Amino acid sequence: MSVMPPLDSSRTLDVSLGPQHPSTHGVFRMNVTLDGETVVRLQPVFGYLHRNHEKIAETHSYLAAMPYTDRLDYICPITNNWAYALAVEKLAGIEVPERAEYIRVIVGEFTRLQNHAALLGFLAGDLGGWGTALLWAFRLREKILDLFESLTGARMMANYMRFGGCRCDLPVGWLEAARAVVRDAHGQLDELEALLTGNEIILARLQGVGALTGERAINGGFSGPVLRASGVDYDIRKVDRYGIYDRFRFRVPRGTAGDCFDRMMMRLLEARESVGILEQALAGIPEGPVVNPKAKQRGLRPPAGEAYGRIEGPKGELGFYLISDGTDRPYRYRVRPPSLINLTLLEELCIGTKLADVMVILGSIDIVLGEVDR
Amino acid sequence: MNEQKTSRWSESFAGRLLSGLRFPGAGLVKGLAVTARNFVGSYFEKDRLLTELYPEQRPRLPENSRSFPFLIYDGNDPEAGMRCVSCKICEKECPPQCIYIVQDRDAAGKALKRPRVFNIDISVCMSCQICVEVCPFESIRMDQVFEASSYDRFGSLVLTKRDLLKSNEYYHGIHPTEAAETDARIEADRKKKEAAAAAKAAKAAETAKAAAEKKEAPAA
Repeated sequence: MSVMPPLDSSRTLDVSLGPQHPSTHGVFRMNVTLDGETVVRLQPVFGYLHRNHEKIAETHSYLAAMPYTDRLDYICPITNNWAYALAVEKLAGIEVPERAEYIRVIVGEFTRLQNHAALLGFLAGDLGGWGTALLWAFRLREKILDLFESLTGARMMANYMRFGGCRCDLPVGWLEAARAVVRDAHGQLDELEALLTGNEIILARLQGVGALTGERAINGGFSGPVLRASGVDYDIRKVDRYGIYDRFRFRVPRGTAGDCFDRMMMRLLEARESVGILEQALAGIPEGPVVNPKAKQRGLRPPAGEAYGRIEGPKGELGFYLISDGTDRPYRYRVRPPSLINLTLLEELCIGTKLADVMVILGSIDIVLGEVDR
Repeated sequence: MNEQKTSRWSESFAGRLLSGLRFPGAGLVKGLAVTARNFVGSYFEKDRLLTELYPEQRPRLPENSRSFPFLIYDGNDPEAGMRCVSCKICEKECPPQCIYIVQDRDAAGKALKRPRVFNIDISVCMSCQICVEVCPFESIRMDQVFEASSYDRFGSLVLTKRDLLKSNEYYHGIHPTEAAETDARIEADRKKKEAAAAAKAAKAAETAKAAAEKKEAPAA
């Protein structure tokens, strides 16, 4: 972080952006200091959506914290469930049956697909192209949410993962419906790509804006598509190979410039890779139990110790750090939220850009305030 | 960017024609062509029209869909057929603590196996279904009503026992598969209990008989 020269307050103007900003990212406020239209200082203000998630989880049983994790990143609740279940499984040493692992990969990749599709729409909305791109993205997202509803009972607040598997088996006909959605997804992503990637206005607004080097991204603790857009080859699905990700063939796309355009393209390419993983997983899903019958859900008392479970969430590394003291509730429960940590360099990305670029940079980072504030 | 895939749309005739365009603004024209294709297509392909006209068109909820909990009773009388035995496990496990139960007592003050008060505050409930999972008596299940908004925050959003009790037939109507599984499980449990009781009775009769024979033997 460069040392800022003292600001000449006769030349600058303080503008408070938010908290009710219509850019759909949530209740987030930025105190921006402007010199003309150029940003010279930016202070993020958050906490408007703080719900005391971590302390609430420490006063509840392990199972009762599961529905609260849905509310972290409410765009993709099932991956939150997965990260928490993974952490508890590590803590208590619970095995997961093979069919459950396949279902987890399928719903996880569907989550990534709909998150990335929604992000492309929101980003176009940040650019002022409100409507078309967002609704086309939501056309894909709604179909996936319908699948989630028929599987888990709720479109968003799924509460689906359990320790050692999933809550319920796939309903009759679900796999066929899922295959149909995956078949359609190709065409819908093609349309989004044709609409967005060649558009000269989008190119002018995104290319070269908010560029970040790979080294700086690593030092800032970035993860997920934002890190890979800066050219760093780091995907926890490849590094940790949690679950059964070593069985699927997929590529990890990387950017070169690390600017907003690379971040947008990263979402599009990752969505296509997700479709590839979905095709493989839907073809190979075996029969069997969906939850480990030995795993105790209610009144689970893991042995004293600590565990950190992490997954490659759609927004980055989502981790849960748990300490157990042998009782039925966690002694310490900590979330590593990708949205918050990817926000830390927001000021550095924005200084020197114009006011209108601030929304684009914020949109390209892809945050959800439910996860930032917790 | 590396690893850019060619899109299927660009392989179509119009796509090839448009992707051949090389002039400032060609990308915009291409995007507009996709929009126009969708607009015109919506007149011919019904599956492009996805909007549900909600109050007139009722949504068809999937079987697993859930909203708020309700209590099941068997038979015709809600009070007599109530499955809930007031064990209070759901009250204890509920993450946002929205269930309130008071056990019923008879005139002598002896605890009865049924709740006197069973309230669920659906303004607090987060529809997580954990009460359903922990209930050992198959008594609490998830409803599918979703138009629960009202002008009165405290009167109508706190559901009392009378609002919550719904018949097993209603449950079969909204979750047929799950309800059939539940009924099968209850039936199996009942048969097991009956068999155990019969075995116990038979054993008791046998021991009584043996004791009687023993008693008779020295007399003879």
